[in-house]
Amino acid sequence: MIDQRGLTHLRQLEAESIHILREVVAEFDNPVMLYSIGKDSSVMLRLALKAFYPSPLPFPLLHIDTTFKFREMITFRDDFCREHGLELIVHTNEQALAQGINPFDHGSAKYTHQLKTAGLLQALAKGGYDAAFGGARRDEEQSRAKERIYSFRDARGSWDPKNQRPELWSLYNARINKQESIRVFPLSNWTELDIWQYIYLESIPIVPLYFAAERPVVTRDGQLLMVDDERLPLAEGETPQFEQVRFRTLGCYPLTAAVRSSATTLPEIIGEMLLARHSERQGRLIDFDEEGSMETKKREGYF
Amino acid sequence: MHDLSRAEDVEAYLEQHEQKELLRFVAVGSVDDGKSTLIGRLLHDTKAIYEDQLASVQRASKRVGTTGGDIDFALLTDGLKAEREQGITIDVAYRYFSTAKRKFIIADTPGHVQYTRNMATGASTANVALILIDARHGVLQQSRRHAFIASLLGIPHLAVCINKMDLVDYAESAFDSIREEFSTFASGLRFKDVSFLPISAVAGDNVVAKSPATPWYRGTTLLEYLEAVPISRDQNLSELRFPVQYVLRPNLDYRGFCGQLASGVVRPGDDVVVLPSGQATKILAIDGYTGELDEAFAPMSVTIRLADEVDVSRGDVISCVDGRPEVTRRIEAHLVWMSEVPLDPERAYFLKHTTRTVRATVSRVAGKVDLETLNEVPTERFHLNDIGRVEILCNQHLMVDPYEQNRHTGAFVLIDELSNDTVAAGMIVRGFADDAHPLERRLASQISAERRAERLGQRGLAVCFAGVPHAGQSDVMYDLERRLFDMGHAACVIDVAALADGTRSPSLFADLGSQCVRAGMIVLYSTGLPRPSDRLRLREQLGPEQLLVVFADDAAPASVSASSESLHCALTVDERDRTISLLSKAIAARCKVVSDG
Repeated sequence: MIDQRGLTHLRQLEAESIHILREVVAEFDNPVMLYSIGKDSSVMLRLALKAFYPSPLPFPLLHIDTTFKFREMITFRDDFCREHGLELIVHTNEQALAQGINPFDHGSAKYTHQLKTAGLLQALAKGGYDAAFGGARRDEEQSRAKERIYSFRDARGSWDPKNQRPELWSLYNARINKQESIRVFPLSNWTELDIWQYIYLESIPIVPLYFAAERPVVTRDGQLLMVDDERLPLAEGETPQFEQVRFRTLGCYPLTAAVRSSATTLPEIIGEMLLARHSERQGRLIDFDEEGSMETKKREGYF
Repeated sequence: MHDLSRAEDVEAYLEQHEQKELLRFVAVGSVDDGKSTLIGRLLHDTKAIYEDQLASVQRASKRVGTTGGDIDFALLTDGLKAEREQGITIDVAYRYFSTAKRKFIIADTPGHVQYTRNMATGASTANVALILIDARHGVLQQSRRHAFIASLLGIPHLAVCINKMDLVDYAESAFDSIREEFSTFASGLRFKDVSFLPISAVAGDNVVAKSPATPWYRGTTLLEYLEAVPISRDQNLSELRFPVQYVLRPNLDYRGFCGQLASGVVRPGDDVVVLPSGQATKILAIDGYTGELDEAFAPMSVTIRLADEVDVSRGDVISCVDGRPEVTRRIEAHLVWMSEVPLDPERAYFLKHTTRTVRATVSRVAGKVDLETLNEVPTERFHLNDIGRVEILCNQHLMVDPYEQNRHTGAFVLIDELSNDTVAAGMIVRGFADDAHPLERRLASQISAERRAERLGQRGLAVCFAGVPHAGQSDVMYDLERRLFDMGHAACVIDVAALADGTRSPSLFADLGSQCVRAGMIVLYSTGLPRPSDRLRLREQLGPEQLLVVFADDAAPASVSASSESLHCALTVDERDRTISLLSKAIAARCKVVSDG
């Protein structure tokens, strides 16, 4: 199918993403990479290491820690950054935490806005970053399908879907005024299958939660929640059961549903994914608040 | 078929899918041609839609759909709230699906007439254009317009989908007459090949599966076409163009030039030339993450090391020695105007071309395309969605190829320097052999600088403050003007604060000042030119000897320390008079006419 000199689709996606990463570093003063510890972040980070090899990464990583992330994610994050000598900035919205905001009492919408969106905006303002890389993909969700690779944000971090800059060829417009910023999505054109295929091809390390194991879970509204620590309030008579489960996507443990699975290797995970009839975002409870909810969150400054 | 519940079979599947090609296509059509339905159908029939996404569309179909409760495929692609409400697609959306042979990226672009810019956006990277024609209505003007834009944006392959065949009883004659009419028109365009397919997006005829309703049709289904159209030969591998993106310097022994090959092939040992400087050198090595490469070809992203210590920075192009791009400041190009604010030939724009951004003005508007007749008609300026031909002058060199030969080194965008918006897409027709600097050409005065200096007893000089505007700066300039006048000099203040009204570009004040300086005046900028780019512009136009940049400091003692181009002074209330006196003397010294004797 491919002539002697032709790139496979993965190598072409890789070349395009590396071009974007380098373009941002060349044209912005103070970029940062949002690192969510998930599989997409792991691929984005690998592409960045490739783009600037043999130099170290020319920007820091930023993790918005809601304190409700799976514990295994935090361990993985710290080990990975130490091993690769990466500069990691961790930010938590301490005011919201001090007010006791949590996903159990305040609902996912308010919790997400405070600990994720507001926390992110605080961290970006504090660092004075003019560009922030994110690992979002256009195939994830409908409103993402229209997002530019360089997504312009005003001084409040808001996205205006009706007022996006035209984006032609691979000529990205990096011009902004003070206080404004650009969110950059180098993985825009990758699909979930591309991500898994690349992880497999490149042997990229990922958080063990993606692989099936015996984990303590409770069932609520038809979703399996992992009891990752004692903060998850248990209803009367509710006791965690050990089940063979894994996660298709990682986030805050009270908002991320597990799936029953026996997949303990990458090919098994990919096999499951190919047979799956549900998109990965269904494991994310935040998208269900209302139709068009991702679009609403992004207007407010969410990634 | 692989049994995906077995790990070995998954590995075999992965191996097969690693060998896929990537094909981008743009789908265009009028509002009612059924484009969204066709894309929804392709996604659905290639199983690119998950059950929960389908359920969400089914919910929405019941609420706002127009299909009476059946799945409204159009809702799969119309993502934004505003679109669902208005029932139209208002922006480019990207969709993904894949088969065993290829991965596909669809740019779904609106067909409504005022959205030419969205189509151009989607078309800019596409390998294939897919145009829908309603079998009942035949070839409308809009279809011709879409084909014209697709051709202008350099899409090599065109597939004309004659849709709603079910509504004309699958009649071969309806298909044939549209094919004939459209073929005649398309022969005047630049496509490598044009294919015609009779389909019904709603019924699924000839989309993924061959339709029994069109036994007279011997061609492929749409999906077969998309899987087979030959795209690898579209990649330009003949002439090396490597625009330098970024210079890696991790230690003193390593200097690597990062970039993505725009065209061509490169190997260690190849003779190359760095442009615009023209220095010749050789490729020492090509570095990838896993080691050195034997060769790299477009569109790979790599890091190149050169054999000699030549001066290379971002925006330069490493090119093959024979068959170089044109190195020029003057180009002819087609523009697609994308902004609500019309083209202003008086204004400078940023022009981004490969990895190089320069300032540019549109020096001549040759004409615009009448989208009804597709003929060029005269015009003064372009408005939103206009397509036309212009000449552009840049303040620095570009390394260009005609867009027809190279979709990377032939493309550029124009950016408004005030709003920062991307206002136009440009396709280069040709680069002119370089000639004089545009501004110098315009300022062909008959009075020489020497004659002016003789008359006025001074040479022209621009004086401006750098940095944050300082309290009392404009007063200082008016005081300085008075002092210089008393000393017998011709000086004037350009009061930037009074002239700025938000619509004038700051660069205009730079240009105004340089005109006065060339006329022999001492120009004092009241509140300074706060943007370094404008001071740079002055410096480019006048040269360093006719520009004096003053750094004011309210902490330093009253003194004036001057280097050749800049000068530092104190501006405290106490020291003010003394500073003005010192400044006026420094300015007078710089303007002095030195006689040959």
